Amino acid sequence: MVKTEQSRLRVFLDSDLVHSFKRSPLAITATLATLACFAVALLAPAISPHCIEPICLDLMNGLTPPAWTEYGDPAFPLGTDEQGRDILSAIFYASRVSLVVGFAAVGFGMVLGVALGIIAGYFGGWVDAVIMRLADMQLTFPSILVALLIAGVVRSIITDLAERGILTGITFEDVAVFVLIVAIGLSDWPRFARVARGATLVELNKGYVAAAKVLGLPARRIMVRHVLPNLMGPILVIATIGLALAIIAEATLSFLGVGVPPTNPSLGTLIRIGNEYLFSGEWWITLFPALGLVTLVLSVNIIGDWLRDALNPKLRR
Amino acid sequence: MFAYLVKRIFQSVIVMLAVALISFLLFAFVGDPVSNLVGQDTTIEQREIIREQLGLNDPFYIQFLNFIGHAVQGDFGQSWFWKKPVAELIASRLPVTLELVFVSALLAMGLGMLLGVLTAIHRYHWSARLLLTVSLVGVSLPTFLIGIGLIYLFSVILGWLPSFGRGKTMDLGLWETSLLSADGWAHIIMPAVTLSLFQMTLVLRLVRTEMLETLQTDFIKFARARGLGTRTVYYRHALRNTLVPVITIAGLNIGLLVAFSIITETVFQYPGVGLMFLKAVQLVDIPVMSAYLMLVALIFVAINFLVDVLYFAVDPRLRTQTS
Repeated sequence: MVKTEQSRLRVFLDSDLVHSFKRSPLAITATLATLACFAVALLAPAISPHCIEPICLDLMNGLTPPAWTEYGDPAFPLGTDEQGRDILSAIFYASRVSLVVGFAAVGFGMVLGVALGIIAGYFGGWVDAVIMRLADMQLTFPSILVALLIAGVVRSIITDLAERGILTGITFEDVAVFVLIVAIGLSDWPRFARVARGATLVELNKGYVAAAKVLGLPARRIMVRHVLPNLMGPILVIATIGLALAIIAEATLSFLGVGVPPTNPSLGTLIRIGNEYLFSGEWWITLFPALGLVTLVLSVNIIGDWLRDALNPKLRR
Repeated sequence: MFAYLVKRIFQSVIVMLAVALISFLLFAFVGDPVSNLVGQDTTIEQREIIREQLGLNDPFYIQFLNFIGHAVQGDFGQSWFWKKPVAELIASRLPVTLELVFVSALLAMGLGMLLGVLTAIHRYHWSARLLLTVSLVGVSLPTFLIGIGLIYLFSVILGWLPSFGRGKTMDLGLWETSLLSADGWAHIIMPAVTLSLFQMTLVLRLVRTEMLETLQTDFIKFARARGLGTRTVYYRHALRNTLVPVITIAGLNIGLLVAFSIITETVFQYPGVGLMFLKAVQLVDIPVMSAYLMLVALIFVAINFLVDVLYFAVDPRLRTQTS
């Protein structure tokens, strides 16, 4: 086992993908930046200089400017918000929320879309027609709008149920993250379905699928064990770009006030909070979370672009 | 052609019915319409009479049919928060959004085409390369960040432009416009630029690619050989050939402008339908929300239908395929 693992690793290290990666300084930088964001999110409790729970905030520290400015305090390198929350620590925790929502939303949309896409491609006929018409209909609307409408509608339903006392003990704030994941994931499935269906149709014409059918393997097994692994390339590409889109969608919805609540803020929520202080000159509350968001989105986007070119056989030399 | 159109209309109707069903479910099951219409001191008997009058005791399917019947006539009931007919609210706010979308579309087309031509003609100039790189970065930035950046630069630091509202308006009878006063333009310019930026980049890149291709073709070489001036060659002959794809893409993307206007309206507190919807979500104003859902669905279905018909009219290959 160990030996095959090692040789697999060697095959991977010797592949076109790795070679193309080594030749692209932009992709390497973007990967390093993304990994840094992941590390920060993962280690947030360990590396945050301050606790950001409401209980340990001191209003006396409120609206401290960044450390290098005139009234700055070295204890708060990037300053604080109106409640005295350290911006740097808040960004660390917020990138955690943003990444969790982003990954979970893409994962949800991907599983749903790929499953439906393979089923549509494999069975064809009316199954195909129903699934793809559904995808077409949803694609009539931009995905950010779909996510916004779903999140907005679910939010008001939950608020209403809580007000009428039907749902007790649950407020929208508790479930906001899940609502966002489902809303963004649902808004994104047609892209995965289209790609998966198209690639499935190509694979179905190949000998190995015919062989598997002749062997009498059940349809589910052929779809999962034989077709699915061959779709991984294109799906990986749209999943990477989808991650950037999902992070943007989450930030946008949170900024619009239908996303993650201020109690457990994401980068978008932090920007929403900071935006109210922009006019009184407290620029740091907005700027630093915004920079964090831009870094994250831009580097994931660059990786996605590179991956698309690297996996595209037409561009391979 | 006819069969194709019928199929498209059928699909549009299904989408509309699906959205209508969602709107209706929201309308029927979320919140209590009666307690949102009457005061605290209304007795239970009086409430029951109102329920009966509103048809809330009718069977489900009759309520749904009534809902569709009313919606077709533009009647979405009373807003719980604004205490006005929803139709009136939308009629006063839709023109605001449409004006914003219109100005953005013009900006995107005009500036996008101009910059696209310029970057194609001077393709090796440093400013053209810089513009292309910046445009790539711009596309991956979230819209609301661009808006916030503009506000900070032009309103907070420089103090040149107002950061919220739509400024002075003029009553045209059918709607109030802000496009007839300098103040209105000062208010619309930043939201419009923010909204159009993404679209502008698309148009720019498309025009550039098409121009570069067209400039290689024989008829351009011939036009040059005839001794026509460079301007005539570029703008009369080359640009005209890039227009068809540009107009199609731009038409398709009007929908994107409508969708993203929600974000822009929030950043700039521009009082259009998008801002109204978000406010309605926060206040759980169900009639406004369900009307907005139907409105958005109608806009998108209409745009998609028109674009499809246009494709059909423009591309002869589609016509032969279906007949």
